[in-house]
Amino acid sequence: MPIKAITPDYHGDFKDSVDKFRGNQIVNIHWEKHLMFAWPMCVPLPPTMPFGTLIEGVLPGIFGAHPNFKQIDWSQVEWKTSKGPFKPDPAKSLVDNGIGHKTTISFSTPGLAGVNGNAVC
Amino acid sequence: MAAEGNVKPAKKLSLKENYALLTRGLGWEPSYEKHEEIFRNISFEGIKIHDWEKWEDPFRLTMDAYWKYQGEKERKLYAIVDAFQQNNGQFNVTDARYVQALKIFINGITELEYDSHRGFNMLAREFPGVGPRIAAQMQSLDELRHATTQIHTISQYAKYFTGMNEFPYQFDRAWYLSIPKSFFEDAVTSGPFEFIVAISFAFEYVLTNLAFMPWMSGAAFNGDMATVSFGFSAQSDEARHMTLGIEVIKFLLEQDPANVPLVQKWIDKWFWRGYRLLSLLATMMDYMLPKRVMAWNEAWEIYYEQNGGALFADLARYGIKPPKRAPETIAEKGHVAHQMWSVFYANRDAVGFQMWLPSNEEMDWMSEKYPDTFDKYYRPRYEYWREMEKAGTPFKNTTLPQLCQVCQWPCLFTEPDDPTTLSLRETEYKGETFHMCSDGCKDIFDDTPEKFVHAWLPVHQIYQGNCFLPDVDPTAPGFNPMYEALRYMGIKPGVDGGDFKGSADATNWEKWTSRPANIHEGAYTDAVRDTSNPSDAARKAI
Repeated sequence: MPIKAITPDYHGDFKDSVDKFRGNQIVNIHWEKHLMFAWPMCVPLPPTMPFGTLIEGVLPGIFGAHPNFKQIDWSQVEWKTSKGPFKPDPAKSLVDNGIGHKTTISFSTPGLAGVNGNAVC
Repeated sequence: MAAEGNVKPAKKLSLKENYALLTRGLGWEPSYEKHEEIFRNISFEGIKIHDWEKWEDPFRLTMDAYWKYQGEKERKLYAIVDAFQQNNGQFNVTDARYVQALKIFINGITELEYDSHRGFNMLAREFPGVGPRIAAQMQSLDELRHATTQIHTISQYAKYFTGMNEFPYQFDRAWYLSIPKSFFEDAVTSGPFEFIVAISFAFEYVLTNLAFMPWMSGAAFNGDMATVSFGFSAQSDEARHMTLGIEVIKFLLEQDPANVPLVQKWIDKWFWRGYRLLSLLATMMDYMLPKRVMAWNEAWEIYYEQNGGALFADLARYGIKPPKRAPETIAEKGHVAHQMWSVFYANRDAVGFQMWLPSNEEMDWMSEKYPDTFDKYYRPRYEYWREMEKAGTPFKNTTLPQLCQVCQWPCLFTEPDDPTTLSLRETEYKGETFHMCSDGCKDIFDDTPEKFVHAWLPVHQIYQGNCFLPDVDPTAPGFNPMYEALRYMGIKPGVDGGDFKGSADATNWEKWTSRPANIHEGAYTDAVRDTSNPSDAARKAI
């Protein structure tokens, strides 16, 4: 049922549409079972950025402080979005990998389960 | 006719007559404007009121008596505030960590009192019934009074401690203060009936006890005379507000059966929004009070599960059910305070209050209060972070969070049935993705996406470049967007927030009081006289 408002057909503007981010799009990235980083990390990235650059150039700055980070075998990492699991092609852009504006990417690292195997850190 | 010299004055009005004249007697029926032209905003929400005269005033208070009582309370309060200031009462609190909680209060809560004043002011104009209009007018004045008294009492702390001198400015800009701000602005931009159900019933009646009882007791227990005094001064007002809340619900439900589903929807929405807002209180109670009164989960059990349970059992006769998402709040009660403190700690450089890791004694208290959750999920994290501090590489998160489109908290909460998995929800609406922290917030977004698409989400605003002061050049070499965004928000990086140990507040506290700034860790500086075992006395007091 549409919202009830004084103004007929009331509708707010889309405050965060992609055109407002100066050429970037918003991407949220979450490392599962490593809850020391306790929220999906929000970053503005060029939609044309290759997925490989995200892994090599962006993720270390976000998650590098975690002792598990250096041990990650990126070929074993499992990736997913709300649409389900996907296998990224590192040479292709974010968009060509299906990562659009405000997509949340979750990744899990089998065998690495937090500090001392504890998912909360 | 009475003879001269024998004139009897007219009989004094009975209380009842006096009351009737000074409430209902002040209203009138318009003769040359249509009723619906005067009261334009009372029908669009779909609430049906057949007879405003059925409104039972829950408190027989007239305006003249109101001014008298409030004036009396003000005189008493300001006498105490004077004494507090003259006796340097700001140094009588347990330690300087307590003051960090006051920073959250003045920056994030006091403005809500003012917003509430605005909201009730509008109701006092918009309701056609005289009884509820007068009640709303009184509450509007109460809320304004609460904002003022809080500012006056806390101003004494602001003279000595950091982070409290920019409160109205910060409220409109600081990223985490958009949480309380968006809560109340959602309410004041609703129709009058949704507003009064949201604030008077869901917030004041169902949830405010959580703010008042444990928090004010916490202030008293920690020696904060100023906060206790405004709390007590506000308490009789709050009692009136709560009574208004329950009267509103009964009135709406008794007026028309068609009102029931609307009221139920608003209860579901505003209970959840109020709960999410109060989660902040969970972390304040469990972590920021050096001497603790009760734990958040105990408060939730008493003030929601027991009291709220009785209330909703009573309302069942109207066809009202307990709030839809109440089970989630119960499932989360052992987690929410710890999850929140963790993210504040990890992001301490980006907030306007200082942070610390809980001491061993504090963690033992939490183990005792939270036997099912603390040792398993949160102690390991704090112990690891403490190791990192000792190693000289303290943990800091440096990336901004994905925010919930509705409550504006970072998406930091976990699934109600799995504390190792974040609760992430999203909706696609007209081709754009929107994120929510929970099913409760997703219900709200999905019901009225038209309203929430234009939420001012601070993280996105920063990335759009809208959170820099005019003197900033983002193309200049060495441009630091985080530093500049904090400056825009009125937060002094490295002064207002950051690590408590080594902060100006902690150091000054020890210099001025010769007592440890953190009673659980002992003295940080040589300014504390008995450095051999400085926190023993304090430990005994716990």
